[in-house]
Amino acid sequence: MDALDQLVKTFFDWEAMAAVLPNMIRFGLPNTLILAVSSGVLGCILGMVLAVMGTSRITALRWLSRIYTDVFRGVPAIVVILLIGLGLGPVVRVTTGSTNPFPLAIFALTLMAAAYIGEIFRSGIQSVEKGQLEASRALGFSYGSSMRLVVIPQGIRRVLPALVNQFITLIKDSSLIYLLGLITSQREIFRIGNDAAALTGNLSPLVAAAFMYLILTVPLTHLVNYIDKRLRTGRPEKQQPDDAAALIGKGAQP
Amino acid sequence: MSEFASGSLTGKNLHLSFGSNHVLRGIDLHVEKGTTASVIGPSGSGKSTLLRVMNRLIEPDQGDILLDGRSVLKDNPDELRQRIGMVFQQFNLFPHKTVVDNVSLALRKLRKLPAEQARAEALEQLDLVGLKHKADARPANLSGGQQQRVAIARALAMKPEVMFFDEATSALDPELVKGVLALMADLAKGGMTMVVVTHEMGFSRNVSDTVTFMDGGVVVESGPPEQIFTNPRTERLQGFLSDVL
Repeated sequence: MDALDQLVKTFFDWEAMAAVLPNMIRFGLPNTLILAVSSGVLGCILGMVLAVMGTSRITALRWLSRIYTDVFRGVPAIVVILLIGLGLGPVVRVTTGSTNPFPLAIFALTLMAAAYIGEIFRSGIQSVEKGQLEASRALGFSYGSSMRLVVIPQGIRRVLPALVNQFITLIKDSSLIYLLGLITSQREIFRIGNDAAALTGNLSPLVAAAFMYLILTVPLTHLVNYIDKRLRTGRPEKQQPDDAAALIGKGAQP
Repeated sequence: MSEFASGSLTGKNLHLSFGSNHVLRGIDLHVEKGTTASVIGPSGSGKSTLLRVMNRLIEPDQGDILLDGRSVLKDNPDELRQRIGMVFQQFNLFPHKTVVDNVSLALRKLRKLPAEQARAEALEQLDLVGLKHKADARPANLSGGQQQRVAIARALAMKPEVMFFDEATSALDPELVKGVLALMADLAKGGMTMVVVTHEMGFSRNVSDTVTFMDGGVVVESGPPEQIFTNPRTERLQGFLSDVL
């Protein structure tokens, strides 16, 4: 029985969890969200640029987008964060006097997210039927306007589930910012849990951190499923018979 | 007497190749102002490609295109396409927009009309094709015939000088074909200049003023419908007609 007690104590020491909770909610949660949301939004913007380049008719732009994507998808997040954070940190400190690691962490997360989001957008854009671009161009819209008004809005809709998945990844990857060194108020969910665990020699605060992540990610996972289902089945309501066909205006008797 | 600001359209010696595939081999096609020219021929003969070349969705390798007697090859192709409406086999309505937004989009963004005015004009066009009551529906909730009529309204809203129909009824269920053909006949009677690529021989025969038979990227025979259908001169046209009629 001792061994089981020991295990429960190690992982589910409620007092240790409760002790860490105020900091989690006051600092951890907002900091994690700041990191994930800002790099998510910026990643979407840069990702869209990459997707438009990747579907461009200009070969050089397609290549540029390809190379970028291959590099930032192919390197582990931890490597990018360390290289950007530690490499550019001193430069930022000298030029702006700021030691806040958040901008650089957001920058690094954005660079990586953009590679994935760019691919998501590209696949969405390319899944839109060729006839849509053709119809828009036939109306007199330029290639750019056709993409902006007709093709891209449809493409984005189709990849919303994949986009939410990417955001979930960002929430989790934001934990890597701890590598850049954080002062108390800058700590996010993982770092708060990890610090408390190290201090008390008990893993329960880390389990509390895991729960905090789940509170964020599980609803998003279900949101993905919901959107996915809506996109699959929500559209056609009821096909109406073509009752008006024979009645139209003067054309009724050709 | 025309309801439309239509113009004549001429394609002269149009050539187009995709790699080694010579799709158009010197096509001449002339449509007089206010008349309807139908283009018939077997699949793969280059009919649909010809339409796309004549509104410069695809640039020809060689040849000239004249709208109202003036070459348009040096014009901005986007502006040219605003003057030529096109209707597709697969309708190609924008599924993320309502029916009325499909029709008013180009009015707002290209003609720069204020939203209310664009909507009013779009509703007018929808009324013309008998679908005003579907203005706020999504294309996916319409039948194929209704979708195609919306597509026609969308093209007409830009007040084009010429209308292209690319096998506009080929994707429709048989019972829906009639309504769309009736609408097209209506436009023809109203004086719209039209180029109609079609497999509907009845339409070609009864509605068009000239019929052009294409095969293998060339015009094999063209003339008034009586001549083409009752007195075909070439063996290829005779063979085609005996296959489809």
